[in-house]
Amino acid sequence: MNDVAVSVESLTRTFGSFIAVDHVSFQVRRGEVFGFLGPNGAGKSTTIRMLCGLLSPTSGNATVGGIDVASDPDAVKATIGYMSQRFSLYEDLTVEQNIRFYGGIYGLEGHRLAERKTWAVRMAGLAGKERELTGSLSGGWKQRLALGCAILHEPPILFLDEPTGGVDPVSRREFWDLIYQLSNAGTTVFVTTHYMDEAEHCNTIGFIYAGKLVAIGSPTELKQHMGAGATYEVACERPLDAVDLFQRLPWAAETSIFGSHCHVTLTSAAEGPDLIRKTLAEAGMALHRLESITPSLEDVFIHLISEEDKRLTRTEAS
Amino acid sequence: MTILPIVRKEFRQIRRDKRALGILIFLPGFLLILVGYALNFDVKHVGVAVLDEDRTPESRRLAEGLTNSEYLEYTWSIRDRSEVDAVLDGAQARVVLIIPRGFSHTLLSGSTATVQVLVDGSNPNSASISAAYMLIGIRDYSSRILTEWMDRRGMEIALPVDIRPRLWFNPELKTAKFLVPGVFGLILLLSTVISTSLSVVREKELGTMEQLKTSPLHAYEIIIGKALPYVGIALVAATIILLMGWGLFDVTVRGSLLLLYGAILLFLLAGLGQGLLISAVAQTQQVAFFLSVFSSLLPTFLLSGFVFPLKSMPWLLQGIGAILPTKYFLIIVRSIILKDVGFWPLWPEFLALGLFTLATVTISSIRLHRDLSS
Repeated sequence: MNDVAVSVESLTRTFGSFIAVDHVSFQVRRGEVFGFLGPNGAGKSTTIRMLCGLLSPTSGNATVGGIDVASDPDAVKATIGYMSQRFSLYEDLTVEQNIRFYGGIYGLEGHRLAERKTWAVRMAGLAGKERELTGSLSGGWKQRLALGCAILHEPPILFLDEPTGGVDPVSRREFWDLIYQLSNAGTTVFVTTHYMDEAEHCNTIGFIYAGKLVAIGSPTELKQHMGAGATYEVACERPLDAVDLFQRLPWAAETSIFGSHCHVTLTSAAEGPDLIRKTLAEAGMALHRLESITPSLEDVFIHLISEEDKRLTRTEAS
Repeated sequence: MTILPIVRKEFRQIRRDKRALGILIFLPGFLLILVGYALNFDVKHVGVAVLDEDRTPESRRLAEGLTNSEYLEYTWSIRDRSEVDAVLDGAQARVVLIIPRGFSHTLLSGSTATVQVLVDGSNPNSASISAAYMLIGIRDYSSRILTEWMDRRGMEIALPVDIRPRLWFNPELKTAKFLVPGVFGLILLLSTVISTSLSVVREKELGTMEQLKTSPLHAYEIIIGKALPYVGIALVAATIILLMGWGLFDVTVRGSLLLLYGAILLFLLAGLGQGLLISAVAQTQQVAFFLSVFSSLLPTFLLSGFVFPLKSMPWLLQGIGAILPTKYFLIIVRSIILKDVGFWPLWPEFLALGLFTLATVTISSIRLHRDLSS
């Protein structure tokens, strides 16, 4: 129990007849980076809002830091830090004034506030810019300042809702370094994102689709879950036509286009490469290269989504 | 105190935004000058054209006696009846006095002489006042003629009834005295409603409201913290208006200042409630601004008794007026400033203001709470 930071059981939230979050259950271990993934509208934000005490669940249970979110949302708010993609800073205040304000509403005062302010300024790389207006900072700086403001009170659990939206790759990299530092220091980080490379950085990934949690595990586990079938990268003539062709064949579990190549996942590993070669030869398309690869997380999620879609269509049909 | 950081932050933001600060502090004074000087219902210096067909000392005495005041002014002499229409049409005069031939002869022979007064009725308000000035002047003239006539025959006569009306509270009947308290209400309401609704909706737009909601602050702490600075500024603006009303329009507070500021504070809270209600509905600052102006400026101007008396309006409009906080505030403020009325005669109005505040704040907190859980 003690090493569980967030525990969610059968959590459900409906808006009228629409089920935004549908009986979702998972646990987040203390000190880990938990990535919460899914397409827009899948229920990511609704879940995170319930966990932060902003929205009450329709049914089910969720505890954050051992506190029940439905019965004591105020106590939850005191134990967490929250940062959204909008960075939520006052652009007409200076860096220092923003830090003072956010420190103040979490009850930091005097010596402690001064100490945390120095820490946040250094962490965000804003030394010497304390008196600049926040509105004049670039995206990466605003993002790091917003993170600093969200963790001034040193919360044991940190929620980040798409924290890297609209920020350049270098700043994103630096931001993830900060997240690792926090995680190493024992902070539990719950992060939503739709960048696949960011998902690879997480200890555990939960994948939500149409309100349901369809997969959970470490990135490696999720890739293995792709089944016994191997994934191949196929470089050939007219890749778009080739994808069309493969999609109609029963032995190709998953086909998608990646740049100028196709990725093909087979239902069983045996004879795989031969089948691909034969199909292309019969269609008269030249094969340039065929290589066995580890599926990327993107392959995994495309696979999961299509599986889920098939299942949904079946349920509707029956 | 957890609201302190919010108060400090809000003050910093207002101070940074020079334009908003200017609007909050100086617009009230500007509006007061504008309304105080422009909205003037005093009817003075009414132009009178005289067609004197009699041309006798008596007829001249009537015409000069009538127009020898700041209310009526001899502006035009007409020689012929055919010119009368042209004078009224051309607005050289708003009143025409026609003294017919034989006026003096009839008067001196002891019979009743007649004169004709034509009044331009296109502005009913000033027309009826001008007609009343003429009536009083002519009646005055005629009673003087009567006493002189009696005198010459050695008879003592006293006028049966001598009316001496005396106006209390606003003896010079100056419109400004009546309007300053109204401007006061209008401006305070407008600036509180606009600033409250905009400052809340701006945080919604920025996403900082969500950040505040994930903090341990309660909704009421956020609201009180945000509202306090604006209430403070509105009190400063109120003091400026009172001082300007005293300096420019000679409006002194006759009643208790303490009671007056109590009423102002209660009224500001009512405006705050209205602003919060708007911010619960509006999602953008533009919508909030429009709703604020629309819901405070127009009804206050038209339906609260600010300019036009409520009693002569259809019952539906009176009903709308009855739910406006300004209506009650105006009654309170006019009573305190002009008449030195104490609390007890005014308690129903205080109660109405209190109820309005309670209702709007309650509805908007329910809205805010529902926002959190839906």
